[in-house]
Amino acid sequence: MSRPAAQALTLSSHRVGAMVLRYLYLLRSSWSRVLELIYWPAVQLLVWGFLQFYIAQNSGFFARAGGVFIGAVMMWDILFRGQLGFSISFLEEMWSRNLGNLMISPLRPIEFVAALMIMSIVRLAIGMLPVTLIAIAFFGFNIYGLGLALAAFFMNLILTSWSVGVVVSGVVMRNGMGAESLAWTMMFLIMPVICVYYPVGVLPHWLQYVAWALPPTYVFEGMRALILDGRFRADLMIAAFALNAAYFAVSVVVFLQLLKSARRNGSLLQSGE
Amino acid sequence: MEQEPAIAVDRLVKVYKTTRAVDGISFALESGSITGLLGGNGAGKTTTIAMILGLVLPTSGSARVLGAEMPGQRYQVLHRMNFESPYIDMPHRLTVRENLTVFGRLYAVEDLAGRIAQIAQELDLAEFLDRATGKLSAGQKTRVALAKALINSPEVLLLDEPTASLDPDTADWVRTHLERYREERGATVLLASHNMAEVERLCERVIIMKRGRIEDDDTPARLLARYGRETLEDVFLDVARGRGEAAREAAQ
Repeated sequence: MSRPAAQALTLSSHRVGAMVLRYLYLLRSSWSRVLELIYWPAVQLLVWGFLQFYIAQNSGFFARAGGVFIGAVMMWDILFRGQLGFSISFLEEMWSRNLGNLMISPLRPIEFVAALMIMSIVRLAIGMLPVTLIAIAFFGFNIYGLGLALAAFFMNLILTSWSVGVVVSGVVMRNGMGAESLAWTMMFLIMPVICVYYPVGVLPHWLQYVAWALPPTYVFEGMRALILDGRFRADLMIAAFALNAAYFAVSVVVFLQLLKSARRNGSLLQSGE
Repeated sequence: MEQEPAIAVDRLVKVYKTTRAVDGISFALESGSITGLLGGNGAGKTTTIAMILGLVLPTSGSARVLGAEMPGQRYQVLHRMNFESPYIDMPHRLTVRENLTVFGRLYAVEDLAGRIAQIAQELDLAEFLDRATGKLSAGQKTRVALAKALINSPEVLLLDEPTASLDPDTADWVRTHLERYREERGATVLLASHNMAEVERLCERVIIMKRGRIEDDDTPARLLARYGRETLEDVFLDVARGRGEAAREAAQ
């Protein structure tokens, strides 16, 4: 590894902490940002939860499958909101035209990414903790009852969300705010293929290969196996983790390349379209 | 032994697609000097500063700051330099104190609370410290941006039009503070500006750029004598309107 590349990958907890503090100051100053974190996950959970109630009363399968939909909704939110939490923290720098200040400071790209990862968990916690309580109160579904499996599901989903968030942030940094909508839409691109609400078996055979190339597919299959059959599929989690490790490494390389390209194009001093 | 220049730019070129924004410029700035980079819109001042900061990759040539090659070795020196420009902002929702705290931590400033108190006093910011940055007036925001640029007591300070859009009183106040900071800290300052009076007052050396090239480079007094002009504004107009050579010949 070249010396500049090694320097870019040096990590200081002090600088990561400074960036996390910056985003916490922002959240503290804006109740609307905090409300937005809770609002959509709660609405989605309630809609899907009541739908599952209704279907369960009319279908033997769904009566047995209590919690599958609600679990899927919550897992999807971890994936989607994790990525959104990462990307929005990055976009805050673009919106406030602060990226230039950060890029001339001693903050390394990898520290910036680490701070965004921490903030995605903080934002996710603010949004999801109340939702898990709503699920218990309204539908009797206790996601914490999944135990260690929940930790495996969470770890794999958040890793995927970071990989997507890192790439989206790199594209916005390189191409400007015209690419901002990617932050909201990118995850929906893979949603049909990662089989959030249905098993992989319902996909056309050729599409199943694509599905199994995406780590969240393993998580949603694993969740259904656990809730429907009471079996924890460690093999699925290990495969997902291996894929996630590869995707995350690739996403960091892509981010660094996009940063280099932004330096070449002079986009770091601009934050417009 | 000869001291290494604080900033050394050698045959620096930046090409954006088909546009040569900077076209083979070279200069060296002595440690502790204050230099003005003068030029019209599109002259290449901001791109030059961005390459010195490591924000933009040169197409060819090199920019060295405090001995470090930019951008390759930037992490060796970024904590010793800083930058202020009206074209980049600080988070509006954060208070002035929060912004200075975040940047102070990024620059690993020791006794940060003490430094913020000191800089707030020097820049007359004490009464705004706990106010949201976005709610300040343009002049107050400029002072906050300057406070951020000085938070780490930089040895090299780059300023891109530091008094743009300020009223004369505030602009004068900012210039006075910059003069004082440079004297007390012995910092090297490179200042890009459209404001000739500002450059004339602050700078001991002026580099005039046009279409990415250096058209002239000297002390303000020698430039005035060479072009036979009374003000730098007239010198600038001669250069900008392609009358530079004629003015120099007439002065001789």
